[in-house]
Amino acid sequence: MAKGLLGRKVGMTQVFDESGRAYPVTVIEAGPCHVLQVRTQDRDGYEAVQLGFADKPRRLARRSERGHVATLESKRSKKLKAAGVESPAKANCEPKRFIREIRGMVDGLEVGQEITVGLLAEVKSVDVTATSKGSGFTGVMKRWNFGGLCAAHGAKKVHRSLGGTGGKATDRGGGRPKKGKKMPGQYGNERVTTRNIKVVRVDEENGLLLVHGAVPGPTGGMVIVRETNKY
Amino acid sequence: MSQKLLALVEQSSLREDVPQFNVGDTVDVHTRILEGDKERIQIFTGTVIAKSGSGTRAMFTVRRIVAGEGVERKFPLHSPKIAKVEVKRSGVVRRAKLYFLRDRVGKAVRLREKRDNAPQA
Repeated sequence: MAKGLLGRKVGMTQVFDESGRAYPVTVIEAGPCHVLQVRTQDRDGYEAVQLGFADKPRRLARRSERGHVATLESKRSKKLKAAGVESPAKANCEPKRFIREIRGMVDGLEVGQEITVGLLAEVKSVDVTATSKGSGFTGVMKRWNFGGLCAAHGAKKVHRSLGGTGGKATDRGGGRPKKGKKMPGQYGNERVTTRNIKVVRVDEENGLLLVHGAVPGPTGGMVIVRETNKY
Repeated sequence: MSQKLLALVEQSSLREDVPQFNVGDTVDVHTRILEGDKERIQIFTGTVIAKSGSGTRAMFTVRRIVAGEGVERKFPLHSPKIAKVEVKRSGVVRRAKLYFLRDRVGKAVRLREKRDNAPQA
């Protein structure tokens, strides 16, 4: 069963191990997460747990968000209760800022349970998913690692250009660029998963996870950490 | 908040006995070297020409002349591989980075020795 947690990227630093080797690490404040819902094969058609991380101030949370994590009194709820309809279990916690489902992580987890970084204590390697830093509208050299055109040999104003996009014969004689031709455009600010990142340390006392190397997204960004299936 | 958490993480990697020396000092850097399964100490002697970085990333640069060729080694200050740093001599310097020493050869490399103001008894 894949283990997973939600967290926040704290930043990068460097730590030494006993042998004196220095590791560049990203510090992730992983958990504590509340289990908000459990998806089951019978009811939902798949297995997953819905986790919530970081409290949201109640004044910013909509009533629906508050109702998602705790039982609210309303005319409708009273009516349903009177009719004998059982309301689903609630986590009874503060509204959450960051809510995501982790597929296939059910073993014995119940709604309302709090999970901490200790869950990953035995895990060697993780996948980290986050929204990457947005670079805006970007040229092909940065976005697709194109080489650009000549600095000399008569090239003018096209040093960072992509060159040709196709002629009469490309795309089966269609006379237009192939589908999926790499061109300038929006780069970053998309969901990125970096796979198989080694776990350097799990600090259960402070709820911190140290992983080797970089992680997508800005400092302070929300991340999803899952046990990897790619060794 | 982020900075506090980072400091917390770095705390574990900082050494308690931080070697005390200044830029301009002539030092012996004792490094632990693993040969097979045996550990031995190697000493690198030279002048500290720069200190950089903070926290666990703090580094210092030591320069010496070996067979007429300048050699510089950069050490992580908090690395467990640094056994100790012994100050042999303290030089009088007026700047933080002594990169000007790279352009000097022979006798000009020497720094004036720092002397205590207290009269020698």
